[in-house]
Amino acid sequence: MNIEFRNINKSFGPVRANIDLNFSIKSGTIYGILGENGAGKSTLMKILSGFYKPDSGQILLNGKPVIIESPADAIKYGIGMLHQDPLDFPPMRIIENFIVGQKGGLIPSYKETIHEFKELQTKFGFTLDPEAYVDTLTVGERQQLEILRLLWMGANALILDEPTTGISAQQKEKLFAALRILAEQGKTIIFVSHKLEDVEILCGKVAILRKGILVGELPAPYQTDKLVEMMFGKVITLGDRNNVSQSNIVFELKNIFVEQYPMRIENVNFRLQAGEVIGLAGMEGSGQDVLLRACVGLIRPISGSVIVIGKDLTGKNYHEFMKNGVSFLPASRLEEGLVPGLTLAEHFTIAGEETKGLFIDKEYFKQKAEKMIDEYHIIGHQSSTVESLSGGNQQRAALSLLRNSLSIILLEHPTRGLDIESAIYMWGKLKERCMLGTSIFFISGDLEEILQYSDRILVFFSGHVSPPLDAVTTSLDQLGQLIGGKGWDQVFDIQENYESNAKS
Amino acid sequence: MSGDIILLGLAGVIASGAPIVIAVIGETLTERAGVINLSLNGVILLSAMLGFWVSVETNSLFLGFLAGTLVGALVATIVAFSSITLKQSQVAVGFILAITCRDLAYFLGNPIMGSQGPIMLSSSVPLLRDIPILGKILFQQSLMTYLSIILIFVAWYWIFKTRPGLMLQGIGEKPAAAFVRGANVLKMRYVYTIVGGALVGLAGPLYTLSVKPGWKGTITGLDGIGWIVLAITIFGGWNPVRAAFGAYLFAFLQWLGLVLQPYMTSIPSQVLQVAPFPLMILALLFVNLGNTEWMDRLLATLPEKMRLRAIKIIRTMQSQPPGALGTPFERQ
Repeated sequence: MNIEFRNINKSFGPVRANIDLNFSIKSGTIYGILGENGAGKSTLMKILSGFYKPDSGQILLNGKPVIIESPADAIKYGIGMLHQDPLDFPPMRIIENFIVGQKGGLIPSYKETIHEFKELQTKFGFTLDPEAYVDTLTVGERQQLEILRLLWMGANALILDEPTTGISAQQKEKLFAALRILAEQGKTIIFVSHKLEDVEILCGKVAILRKGILVGELPAPYQTDKLVEMMFGKVITLGDRNNVSQSNIVFELKNIFVEQYPMRIENVNFRLQAGEVIGLAGMEGSGQDVLLRACVGLIRPISGSVIVIGKDLTGKNYHEFMKNGVSFLPASRLEEGLVPGLTLAEHFTIAGEETKGLFIDKEYFKQKAEKMIDEYHIIGHQSSTVESLSGGNQQRAALSLLRNSLSIILLEHPTRGLDIESAIYMWGKLKERCMLGTSIFFISGDLEEILQYSDRILVFFSGHVSPPLDAVTTSLDQLGQLIGGKGWDQVFDIQENYESNAKS
Repeated sequence: MSGDIILLGLAGVIASGAPIVIAVIGETLTERAGVINLSLNGVILLSAMLGFWVSVETNSLFLGFLAGTLVGALVATIVAFSSITLKQSQVAVGFILAITCRDLAYFLGNPIMGSQGPIMLSSSVPLLRDIPILGKILFQQSLMTYLSIILIFVAWYWIFKTRPGLMLQGIGEKPAAAFVRGANVLKMRYVYTIVGGALVGLAGPLYTLSVKPGWKGTITGLDGIGWIVLAITIFGGWNPVRAAFGAYLFAFLQWLGLVLQPYMTSIPSQVLQVAPFPLMILALLFVNLGNTEWMDRLLATLPEKMRLRAIKIIRTMQSQPPGALGTPFERQ
């Protein structure tokens, strides 16, 4: 299906999300849409998939102008969208998810549908169990389910919104292979991303958006520098690893055994030095999140002890950990990290170390918020509510709220959903704290990020935890295999050698 | 002889459980769509009174039941309008309606207090009534009791086996995903709220025309039933079959209270009358034991095989509410 955008405009209040966008996408191609957070990619895709109506402009499908009223309408035209947060029903089975929304008689035939489902998925090498419950699947598998479902509904064009966020390297390979097959079949694939490396290896052509404007279109092969410059309007370089770890131990896990059904992690021993950065690698749900929460008292370990700067805090709650200089930045910013509905100034009021008595000194916290907004380059006002900020700015705000004198910061996916510039900024700020002796413990699904910024790495595979690996001597390939459960014998050999050497 | 008394007692449990079953299924349908209708307690009282009144005036059982159904549907429409269209708090609106309807029932019902009205008689099913044991328990009941039993299976089949039923689950779980799949979320929420409310409204006259005939104002003894229905909906894990089991369990406990009364003269009769309510809440807590942290820790100390089995049992007992229960839907 050929898709053409003509003079698309869309504003939300004073913000112009799409400004006079004009371009077209040929059928049988994988077309990338690149841009940093807030560039207008998602808005345009939501217009194409029927969520929004454009203020002006036209969409042409195979040369014919169409008006797309709703997502259900879009699928009738053959346009299916894969959302970043999969729009499926977790407590239901795969096959039920597949059937919901399907036209047909009162009672769906499961037998027939399962047969068709299996036939369809073998074409792409997917191996989903139709009877499995969706909440037992990884994000990558849920994407596979959505792709199959959209195709079965008759999608001729697939929009994928940041599909490589939160999936493993292997699943990414599988996804890309499936997309290539689809393009060969003549389907149109629109790949929305802010990840340059994904766009570079997958897309035949790419449009770059910045601040709602189409900066330009480029065909493959790409020059990375050129893409970055078009995306950000300037050249950006990555930060360096700088090992500033000191020898004093600030945090220690002894024989930790934690469980959160169905995940159980046994026998973790670990020491964290001041100023050190430790990356926790592994596929989503391999136990990293469970261990991290056990480290801050959000999950009580069944046995073992957690020691913070020589103090045994096992079984204490998060409040106690905080008092001892431990802070946790969870992945779900709006659910666990910030308080929707409160303004930035109010956030500083409740997070502040200052004891100011019963009544709020509004003027003081306004000024503090303004100072921090300035210092952390948050795009927003002290009186704007946190949910009105973009993802990157929410993350900056969350970071700016952390107290100054912390001994350990634990982060979950600190740069998920952020564009490169925000991510680099985030790490710059974290590194500044490391210089002051703060240690960092972070989870990331992005292996390159882990290798880039960690001093040591813990790898997780279905509840197993590797001994700490030195980030300098670990390669991306090796890490990729480990999180997939391969090459573990080797790691333990190294560990044994290491230990016997240490003894002798 | 004593065997017959037990059978009769069980038949009584099925009959007195019927209105609870119907109301629980109504609320289950509503909550499956993601709306909490908290007005039940008032609606049951109001529809009980009005249904009885209509029957007294018209001498028609059918019109009495119809009136109750309409009352339920009407109150549900108010809940739907304020929570779905106006996006107001479902809890606040439901709670106020529960209190208002209750007081209205007592206030408006004064003129017919103690009146004689028609009573629904049992009509046994030929052939089936001769089945030993089961025939006596199940097939010598009133028409509405048969309806309540049929309703359990129809509702179960609808929710879990039909296409619209799957969509209903979706609407309550993640309305945004249902919307993308072509559902008219707001309309369907209206429909299920009103249908559910109508069923709750049917439970009222079933009391005053059959299970506890007559309207006696505040001593009718229906106050509180609506709240227990809400608890049973949770106990039932939003599954009609399990919910029906809960309803019968409650009816059984009530019956037990009556039967035991003569033997336990030392206990005040009020205690036995009230006991089923806290017992039901305890049952609710019990099935959700798995949610607690200390349970997790306790399980972790068991040997592996036992632990897995225990976890499995607890998981199946536990009930997970529809993901979007009580939250309004907005199209992005």
